Amino acid sequence: MSGPMLRIENLTKTFPVRNAFGRISGEVTAVDNVSFSIEPGRVYGLAGESGSGKSTIARMIMGLTRPTAGEIFLDGLNITDAGSGRARRGKVQMVFQNPGSSLNARRTIGQSIAVPLEAHGHPRRDRARRIDELLEMVQLPAEFAERYPHELSGGQKQRVAIARALAMPPKLLVLDEPTSALDVSVQAKVIDLLVDLGGRLNLTFLFISHDLSLMRNFAQDVGVLYLGRMVEAGATAEVFEKPRHDYTKLLLASVPVMSAEEEAMRPALPLVDGELLTSDRLPAESNTSFERLE
Amino acid sequence: MTDATSVPQPRRLSNADQNWYRFTRNPTALIGAGIVILCILAAIFAPFITPYPEHVGAVVDFRSRHLPPSADYWFGTDNVGRDIFSRTIFGMRISLLLAVVVLGIAVPVGTILGLVAGYFGGWVDIIIMRITDIALAIPALVMALAVAAVLSPDLINAMLAIAGLWWTWHARLIYAITRQLRSQEFVEAAETLGAGKMHILFREILPNCVSALAVKTSLDCGFVIIVGASLSFLGLGIQPPTPDLGTMVASGSDFLPDYWWESVLPGCAILFVALGFILLGDGLRDLFDVEEVR
Repeated sequence: MSGPMLRIENLTKTFPVRNAFGRISGEVTAVDNVSFSIEPGRVYGLAGESGSGKSTIARMIMGLTRPTAGEIFLDGLNITDAGSGRARRGKVQMVFQNPGSSLNARRTIGQSIAVPLEAHGHPRRDRARRIDELLEMVQLPAEFAERYPHELSGGQKQRVAIARALAMPPKLLVLDEPTSALDVSVQAKVIDLLVDLGGRLNLTFLFISHDLSLMRNFAQDVGVLYLGRMVEAGATAEVFEKPRHDYTKLLLASVPVMSAEEEAMRPALPLVDGELLTSDRLPAESNTSFERLE
Repeated sequence: MTDATSVPQPRRLSNADQNWYRFTRNPTALIGAGIVILCILAAIFAPFITPYPEHVGAVVDFRSRHLPPSADYWFGTDNVGRDIFSRTIFGMRISLLLAVVVLGIAVPVGTILGLVAGYFGGWVDIIIMRITDIALAIPALVMALAVAAVLSPDLINAMLAIAGLWWTWHARLIYAITRQLRSQEFVEAAETLGAGKMHILFREILPNCVSALAVKTSLDCGFVIIVGASLSFLGLGIQPPTPDLGTMVASGSDFLPDYWWESVLPGCAILFVALGFILLGDGLRDLFDVEEVR
């Protein structure tokens, strides 16, 4: 294989801001000139707090939101302007944050998993067998195919969502906070499952999360987003050992730690005017504050 | 029942079982369902259960005219000596037929237009929903009167006139639900999995509209029956000698108050049928916890 699995160049997304009369009165930049690439077989972590634009990037990769500027290449194919669905030829799939809302409550687990099989013309006779196989792959019993989402726990539902995303095996799997809606005890199991499946199915991952301790274990490369900009990128170990950007330090300092060694490694908290800086506390014309932080 | 886990679990109740249990503990729904089933059975088996099925036609028996309710004639007799009870049961047939035909046209038309307008948005939305708004501004009864005045007053025209306006309510209901569901994660998930528009409209969104549709349709059966009876009362619906509840109330009202049973009892029959459907609809609304309808 040659070339990156996913290459993103100068990706920008702005949303219009409307006033009370529906007139466009300005715009917010959700994603600001972001570039990165993921090599095949790697796990790339995209870190940042809510509102940093990480989910918008995922939506643009999936074709659910159209970029304002920039380009997206998937396995060498330019998919910037392709809509969602078939244009991506099943090469990229996504696991959404909340399995409670990403599964249709009125359809059985089997029917939900069958959606990509139908869409990609998997032979009708073989679908039931394939659904059993997929459920087994995510370590769920085959009779779950007859159940409805509300009969499953959050972790089980997320496994179903993973099975569905892998029904027509993609090359890239986008994980948008796949464990943040789950109990801590379940999170690790889901991550273990993803690591296992990634190895077996030769997957490349884009792992989006605000949970840096999870990212440290799972991702090999990491990019840190702050207010839509990529403020730091590199190998996970390097970024986490020697964070160069103050915002990365802040994020790392916010991770709760368990042991004395970890506590010792914890960087000093960067404070601005004696307060932690978050995106919602920045004034609308945020450039000045941003520069000050840098 | 086979359970994957080693922990013994209580017997799994299917959705249908759970709904049935809640239904049987909802007095409104039960009474409504009882009335509706009674009316439907009476209408279907009218020739076998009525004491004088031949009185449906142009039978004249002047010796037994204007007889009050008695053991022989439960609802009394009319001005030409026909049994009002037999005619009321046959009249219910016409009322129910009207409701079935009108809603059989209005529900599918309204549902499809609402789904399409709500999901696709843009100019499709504008065109469909503005036509709906215009049609909504015309009362169904006025429209039916106009159609009956221009064409001939008969059952078919009355049905078409009512159906021609009734779909708007269903279109608006389904439109509102679809707009709300369109941006939900399970719809976006289906899009990214490659599902087609037809799949998303009819297999993802429509199943989530079913409970609201059931409530709305049940309530509407009652209202359509009332509109149909009103038309007949005004002499623009079903023509004599075919027995219709509205026509019977109108012709009996000439003999009020002395022979009160000739209009009051068929009027009570209208109330009974309509109330049955409306109670059932209200009961279903509580059962499904649907908020969108009325």
